[in-house]
Amino acid sequence: MSIERFERKQGAALVAPALLWTLAFFILPFAAMIWMSLAHLEGREIVTGPGLGNYVRIFSEPSLLRGIRVSLEISAIVTVVSVILAWPLAWIIATRVPPRWRRLALLLAVLPFWTSYVVRSYSWALVLGENGLVMQTLVQSGILDAPVQIMATRAATIIGFIHFFVMLLTLTIYSNLVQLSPNYARAAEDLGASRLQVIFLVILPLTLPGVMTGAFLTFVLCIGDYITPQILGGNSELTLPQLIMLQLGRRGDYPMASALAVVLMVLVTLAYAACARWLKMERV
Amino acid sequence: MRILSWAYLVLIFVFILLPVVALVVFSFQDGRLPVPPLKGFTLKWYAEVIADRDLMAALWNSFIVAFGSSAVALVLGFLAASGLARVALPGSVVMRGVLIAPMTVSYLIIGLGLLQIFNKLGLRPSLLATGIGHVVINLPLCFSIIYAAMGEHQRNALRAARDLGAREWQVLALVSAPMLAPALAASFFLSVTFSWDEFIIAFLLTRFDITLPVEIWSMLRSGLSPKTNAIGSLVFLVSVAIVVTLELTLFRKPRP
Repeated sequence: MSIERFERKQGAALVAPALLWTLAFFILPFAAMIWMSLAHLEGREIVTGPGLGNYVRIFSEPSLLRGIRVSLEISAIVTVVSVILAWPLAWIIATRVPPRWRRLALLLAVLPFWTSYVVRSYSWALVLGENGLVMQTLVQSGILDAPVQIMATRAATIIGFIHFFVMLLTLTIYSNLVQLSPNYARAAEDLGASRLQVIFLVILPLTLPGVMTGAFLTFVLCIGDYITPQILGGNSELTLPQLIMLQLGRRGDYPMASALAVVLMVLVTLAYAACARWLKMERV
Repeated sequence: MRILSWAYLVLIFVFILLPVVALVVFSFQDGRLPVPPLKGFTLKWYAEVIADRDLMAALWNSFIVAFGSSAVALVLGFLAASGLARVALPGSVVMRGVLIAPMTVSYLIIGLGLLQIFNKLGLRPSLLATGIGHVVINLPLCFSIIYAAMGEHQRNALRAARDLGAREWQVLALVSAPMLAPALAASFFLSVTFSWDEFIIAFLLTRFDITLPVEIWSMLRSGLSPKTNAIGSLVFLVSVAIVVTLELTLFRKPRP
C-alpha cells in the first residue's frame, strides 16, 4: 500500500467520529426539524402530512408576523447603535490611551463578559427598574419628575443587547485597528488631511471588513437570542425566539415552533447573503 | 479632541460597568430588595447561596457538563483536525463544511432539533442530553482552532515519527498533541466557558438535574432579590479571578 493511500485511510478513520457526531446530533435533528415544520397539530396530536400550513399561518396571522417584524427591528437598531458606540471606543483605546494602559482599558471594556449571560440581563433589570439605580438618580437629581417605565418594554431589550454587543464589537474593531499600519494616517496627514478627514476617509474605510464581520455577528446573535428579550422586554412585544418558546411551552406545538425556527434560519441566511462580500469570517 | 475622547471614554465605561457594579454592590444589601438606598452591609445573601442545596447541585452539574462535553469536543475535534490536515481526502472541503456548520446556527435551533430527536428516541431530558448538545456547539470551535494551528511542519514531524516506527496512537499522543498544546488548551478553555454559560440548550434538554444558568433563570421568576445578586457576583468574581490569573501567568507576552 502506498504511503498516500495508507495516510488517506488513516485520515478518514480519524475524521469519522466527529463527522458521525455532527451527522447524528446536528444534521439529522436539523432535517427532522424541517420535516416537523411541515406537519401540524390536531388537538394534541402531531400529524405529519407534509404541508405548508404553518408557513401560511406565519405570514397571515398578525401576532406571528409581528414577531418577525419586531425581531428584525430590534436587531437592526441594536446592530447600528452598537457599531456607532463601539467604533470610537475601540479607536480611543487603540490610539489615545497610553500603550501601557491599553490592555487594562480593553480588559475593563469587556469586563461584564465574565459574568454569566443570564445574570447580565438580570443586572440590567436591576438598574432599569422603576425604583432601580438609574430612575432613582434621574428623579432625585430633578431631571425627571417621575420614573419612566423602561423595564418590560422594547427599550430595555435594546439597552441590554447594546451593552453586550458594544463589548463584542469593541474587541473585533480594536483588533482590526491595531493591525493597520500607522503609515496610512501619516501619509494622509502629510498630504494635508485634517484629523477628522484622516479618521473618516482613511481609517474608517480600512476597518470596514472588521466592522461588517462584527455587525453580521451582532445581528445574527441578536435575532436568535431568547434570554435578553424575555428578561428585559417581558411579554410586551414578543420576538421570534420568544414566539418559538411560547409554541413549545404553552401547547407543545412542535410543528409551529419548527416552522418559526426555519423562518429564523432564513432571515440569518438572507443577512449573510446581504453582507457576504464584506465578510471575512476567518478574521473572527 | 483630547477632552472629547476622555469624556467619551468615561461615559461609555460608566455604561459598560454600571450593571455589574450595581450587581456586586447590592449583593451586600441589608434588606430584601437589591435597589437603592443601600441600607447596610451584610454577607447573609452569600451565606444563603452557599446553604442553598439546589444552587450548589446546579453548580456541580454545570461543572460536570462543561468539563465532560469540552473533553469530548476536544478529542473529536483533535482527531478530525489530525485526519483532515494530513492528506487531501476526497471530499475534505465538504467534511470541513459539515464540521463547521453548527457554528452558523443559533443555539435555540440546535436545541429544538435535538429535543425532537431525543423525544423520538426516548432519551429523557437530562444532563447527558445537554452534554451532547454542548459537544455539538463546541466541536466546530475545537476543530477550527486546532485545524488552524496545524501546518506543514506538523505533517513532516508526523511522517518522521511514523517512519521511525511510532504507532498511530503514539504519533497522535506523543508527537502531535504536545506540539499543539497551546491550541488544545485554548480550545478546551473556550469550550468550558461556552458550555458553562450556555442557557437555551440546557433549558430545553434538562428537567430535574439542571445547570447553573437554568437554576438562576428559575430564581428570576420570584423577582429581584439580593440572593440572585450574590450568586451572580460569585460567578463573576470567580471568572474574573481566573482571567486575571491567566493574564498574569500563561498569556503574559514579553513587552515589545
